[in-house]
Amino acid sequence: MTGLRRRGRRRDLAGSLAPASAAAAALVIGAVMLWALGADPVEAYVALFGAAFGSVDGLAATAIKAVPLVLVGVGITIAFRANVLNIGGEGQIVIGALTATVTALALPDLPGLLLIPLVLLAGAAGGGLCGAVPGALKAYFNVNEILSTIMLNIVAVQIMNYLLRGPLLDTGQISGLSRVPQTERLSRQADLPILIGGTRLHAGVLVAVMAAVLVYVLLWRTTVGFRLRAVGLSREAARYAGMPVRRTITLALTLSGALSGLAGAVLVFGSESHRMVTDGSATGFTGAAGFNGIVAALFGALHPLWTILSSFVFGGLLVGGNAVQRAVQVPSALIVALNGMVVVFVVSTEFVRRRTRLRPESPEGALDTGLPPEPGGGAEPLSPRTQGGDG
Amino acid sequence: MSEFFTVSVLTATVASGIRLTTPFLLAALGETMGQRSGVLNLGVEGVMLLGAFGAYFTVLQTGSLWLGILVGIVVGMAMGLVTAVVSVTLKAEQGISGIGFYLFGLGMSDLLFQKLVGTPRPISSLPLLEIPLLGDIPMLGRMLFRHNLLVYAAFALVPILALVLARTTYGTKVRAVGENPAAADSLGVSVARVRYSTVILGNLLAGLAGAALAIELGIFQQNLTSGQGFIAIALVYFGAWRPVGVMAGSLLYGMVAATVLSWKSLGIIPRSASDLAAMAPAVITVIALVVVARRFRQPAELAKPYERGA
Repeated sequence: MTGLRRRGRRRDLAGSLAPASAAAAALVIGAVMLWALGADPVEAYVALFGAAFGSVDGLAATAIKAVPLVLVGVGITIAFRANVLNIGGEGQIVIGALTATVTALALPDLPGLLLIPLVLLAGAAGGGLCGAVPGALKAYFNVNEILSTIMLNIVAVQIMNYLLRGPLLDTGQISGLSRVPQTERLSRQADLPILIGGTRLHAGVLVAVMAAVLVYVLLWRTTVGFRLRAVGLSREAARYAGMPVRRTITLALTLSGALSGLAGAVLVFGSESHRMVTDGSATGFTGAAGFNGIVAALFGALHPLWTILSSFVFGGLLVGGNAVQRAVQVPSALIVALNGMVVVFVVSTEFVRRRTRLRPESPEGALDTGLPPEPGGGAEPLSPRTQGGDG
Repeated sequence: MSEFFTVSVLTATVASGIRLTTPFLLAALGETMGQRSGVLNLGVEGVMLLGAFGAYFTVLQTGSLWLGILVGIVVGMAMGLVTAVVSVTLKAEQGISGIGFYLFGLGMSDLLFQKLVGTPRPISSLPLLEIPLLGDIPMLGRMLFRHNLLVYAAFALVPILALVLARTTYGTKVRAVGENPAAADSLGVSVARVRYSTVILGNLLAGLAGAALAIELGIFQQNLTSGQGFIAIALVYFGAWRPVGVMAGSLLYGMVAATVLSWKSLGIIPRSASDLAAMAPAVITVIALVVVARRFRQPAELAKPYERGA
């Protein structure tokens, strides 16, 4: 077993180099784009990194932006490892935020010590449900999960708009003329505590880090995690080994959704206004975290702990994007376009392909999990020893 | 409710349903071609946005709608080429690279719009072409035969693509490459060339769909398509990878959307529930998917890159 462990570590080390090289490539692509738009790339980057990492306030803002990316990203990692795609992060964030908001509105007098865990759980439950539906549809009805998650994104936005413009609309807004679709200020008891006085750094950061560590433990130190990864590498082999494949697939998307839902709750209770606001689109509320979380997870080499680091870098990009706009008059939409290019760049390289595709390409890759290298052909049941040792 | 069932309202609703259907019918037909050959393109939304901006900006600069449509098509083809390189040659995971193309299109179209245009200015729309004789039929004429050229083009593509897929050598190759690329390869069909062609055609139609949308609305803004490209992908599954089925799904979606709009303006749906009603097309599609997905099988090699000898 120790031999297998060591090999696993070496692979993780190799994995850690990928985000660095991809980040470097991203910076080069960004510089070319800035140059093409007639802006000075150096000036732009100085502004970007200065704003994101150059001050305590900047670092706090970056960390706050990173929180939803970490949560969505580690959720995406679970789904990926089980070889299902979760494109429904946006909808799951929105639904999680809504269930958390409703919970806080229903229990205005609960002390924070109880209310905060409760609203976070409510968010996770809402998002989890939003992931369980496509998960079960895929596992039991063979409905493509890419599709169902996309459709649920659309449905979730409409539910949000309905609730925030109707039943949950701030009563103060109804009499006024403006009618901004938003809830009232939520219970102060539910405000996420500020960690460092004078900054906005709130306890959501701790929630994100804890979630990432727990996902790491889940995936690599528990039987459930072993099943998730085994199903991801080969459904056939996992089924042959007697694992509950359908339940595992449903679980993967449920957990992935729950983490996105948790991100939604943190977005509401860690926001400056402490209420839920909509501009009519999902991205208006989520800041596209449901998609950017995928980017962060890929950059994090589909490993929860590296995802923390990559989310921090991407959080910095998002914070710095506004500074770029001020310094060199290039709209911050540049960052979105850049993220897209980076995703394409990363998935086009050999590295991620090997990690995300069904078939491990080298026997060494297959040894890590104790699964036969070729699913489909010559699959043999897992030996009890391997199962016990890893789980 | 009764005022909905008057001739003028019904005709107007059906006509607007057909107009609403057009952009995602174009995009969905393109996606159908790609998927039949085994390539999943999730970047449709991004390509639509780029096509829409390209067309809008061209019309704004030159005043020529046709040049705008041409630019939408060219932008789509260019994105198609890149998509094909990434999906076919570099064999990337298509479920994710598509999200990359979506984000790229979303950001890039917004960036260019803010940089080159700034404040939204309207452009003129395509003239309505009334088909002689058919356009004079009471009710049906107004519903079906008084639209702009792109509407006719989109619906004309349905039988054309159905015939191409079912009856031509090229169509056979497309289906073969999507079902069993190794067998097609052994018979001398270039898997890569066929997939390049379908992906470029698919993105061309996505670019055209974006152009159609921008010209129909006469405006561009950030995230103009607001999910239509994703809906188009869903409609391909809904239509069971057949052009006629895809059209049926697109029409269902468009008609439900038009009916909701019409009921809203007539006050049949109270204002407070209008957002809830806007869910109807998406919810109906999800339910239909559950029903349909059990009966039809997707192309066997969908989203799987082909490796000779693998």
